[in-house]
Amino acid sequence: MSTTPRTKGTAAIVGPGNIGTDLMFKLMRRSDVIEPRYMIGVDPASDGLRRARSLGLEASHEGVDWLLAQDELPDIVFEATSAKAHAANAPRYAEAGILAVDLTPAAVGPYLCPPVNLDFNLDAMNVNMITCGGQATTPMVKAVSSVVPVPYAEIVASISSRSAGPGTRANIDEFTETTSAALEVVGGAERGKAIIILNPVEPPLMMRNSVFCAIPEEAAEPGELQERILTSIHAMVAEVQDYVPGYHLRADPQFDHARDTWQGMARVFVPIEVKGRGDYLPDYAGNLDIITAAAARVGDILVAHRLGVASTWKSSAQLGDVPDPLVGAGADAQKAGV
Amino acid sequence: MGDMTIRPEDVPVVVDELTETDVLAHTPRGGGERDLRITDSTLRDGSHAMSHQFTEEQVRGVVHALDRAGVQVIEVSHGDGLGGSSFNYGFSKVAEMKLISAAVEEATQAKIAVLMLPGLGTLHDLKNAHAAGASVARIATHCTEADVSIQHFGAARALGMETVGFLMLSHKASPQTLAEQARIMVDAGAQCVYVVDSAGALVLSDAQERISAVLAEIGGEAQVGFHGHQNLSLGIANSVLAYQAGALQIDGALCALGAGAGNSPTEVLAATFERMGIRTGVDLGEVLSAAEDVVRPFIPRLPWMDRASITQGYAGVYSSFLLHAERAAERYDVPAHEILQKVGEHGYVGGQEDMIIDIALQLAEEKAHLVELGDLAGMGVR
Repeated sequence: MSTTPRTKGTAAIVGPGNIGTDLMFKLMRRSDVIEPRYMIGVDPASDGLRRARSLGLEASHEGVDWLLAQDELPDIVFEATSAKAHAANAPRYAEAGILAVDLTPAAVGPYLCPPVNLDFNLDAMNVNMITCGGQATTPMVKAVSSVVPVPYAEIVASISSRSAGPGTRANIDEFTETTSAALEVVGGAERGKAIIILNPVEPPLMMRNSVFCAIPEEAAEPGELQERILTSIHAMVAEVQDYVPGYHLRADPQFDHARDTWQGMARVFVPIEVKGRGDYLPDYAGNLDIITAAAARVGDILVAHRLGVASTWKSSAQLGDVPDPLVGAGADAQKAGV
Repeated sequence: MGDMTIRPEDVPVVVDELTETDVLAHTPRGGGERDLRITDSTLRDGSHAMSHQFTEEQVRGVVHALDRAGVQVIEVSHGDGLGGSSFNYGFSKVAEMKLISAAVEEATQAKIAVLMLPGLGTLHDLKNAHAAGASVARIATHCTEADVSIQHFGAARALGMETVGFLMLSHKASPQTLAEQARIMVDAGAQCVYVVDSAGALVLSDAQERISAVLAEIGGEAQVGFHGHQNLSLGIANSVLAYQAGALQIDGALCALGAGAGNSPTEVLAATFERMGIRTGVDLGEVLSAAEDVVRPFIPRLPWMDRASITQGYAGVYSSFLLHAERAAERYDVPAHEILQKVGEHGYVGGQEDMIIDIALQLAEEKAHLVELGDLAGMGVR
């Protein structure tokens, strides 16, 4: 660690694909605390490395070995590779004293969803961003479970086929299992179940998430308890919108009385739509936007905490809807899909 | 089989009176040489029509009857495959592993198959099913998303299971695309790939062209199958065409018990193929009895081609959306067929049952808006 007080930390992004590139844009635009300094890949012909270089980052295709051999190590590394790669790299980052934000399903560190449990994990050296579906749905489960007990939570994440990369496809069980676990650990449900559906329809569909929470029968009845659940949901939506502007309720939450065919459970159904911000990826790729936005947000706060400075994150409201000049770089991805 | 081999040209017919002793002494003639293999999905696709309320007794009864009739493969799972028991698809009354174990116990010659949809079920579920005695893994994806099944085929083969790939909503992909997707499944370890007409939307040559294209791609390495639905009443006709195009595995369900207007009835498949001289190895008298005496009595509502299910076939909507649409229609007071029509327009795929609520809410909102405007014609008042 430096001996003179610093107000800015440096970041490395490992994995120069769509997620890594989108993350780079988000850090550049939204955080004054983090300066993206390195982009690391393994393919010399990578577009992501070239793009990062053109934006002033040091880019290398020689992997984490190269990164760890640098004189100036980054304060934080964002890993957007694969679960296997992160499992191998995590101990090396830890040994070098580098904070790690893991966007793979490796889950070396605790699951983290910014509005839910960031406060408890400020001193963690390695945090895991769950999955896109986990980022979209655990806040809603938490919103309900903080008012009434949720014995069971179930989510269905529907994403455009075009925004499901080869990593997700090759190991789709990781999505369902990791998200299910996070509904319990982060969302506060006793039991969680996650389902992911890929839809190839053109034009591509926005990411949709249906959240079903089992609730006590008295909460299915309009009244004070139900109002408290609704207030909690709306407040949580606003918190997520702070870093994912396109996150919103598609319709009012729907309450249903207990039914025998639902194993005697009453439920609330919360339909969420996530429109991507189009930082680099097309707007239908809300599933990628939400995880890169959450990772950037988490990184900003962790680094600020570590340096003892205030987080200077630009909220969605401050940033406005008008894309800044950097956004043009994403036009190719918009056209080609991801 | 006596009376079952009657041809129209044989009339007038004199049938000997059968005594109860004769019936009890009847030996099923299933088995022997076969030209194709029938897989019965009463206990899987039929789960939709039963709102996933199968009991262990029903499963035992159906498996016993099908096994006795010589049906070689019997599929047992939640309608949406392993792990389907949920708010979104409906909870199983009896845990599916319990039903699978019961089916395995009951079968003497038939293999018990399970269905799984990657993204919904996991390898964990497949391993449990295998441990319960299931020996055929049928792995289903939307017709353009075969690559999500690669890990599951590999694992199923490693477990020593027979593997079948299921390309759902096949009408949504061109024959060429289906062939490419079938190739992905075969390379991953599928020993057969089905053209699955989940919406009952394939009309005759549509089915045959798809079978031919898939066969041309994978024929040397794997078999081709066909799974039909009755929404446009073409399940049997499409199955015959599929066989003629080279399909060697055909799905059916007793009494058509399946999603939407139901599946190709197994008993009608057996009768039709027998009438054509195509050997299925299924004893017609026994399978007719299985349908009539075992399944029919417990069906709450026979699958039928009504306005909603025909709309599914016409608009190309996943058949299992039917009862969900009817429930949402009741809850939000909007017509089920309009919901299904919208599902078709939006291009929702298998598994997106949650979107039915979304559409019902939109329709209800539109309706409320029309009421506000006093637009009676718009509300459907004529």
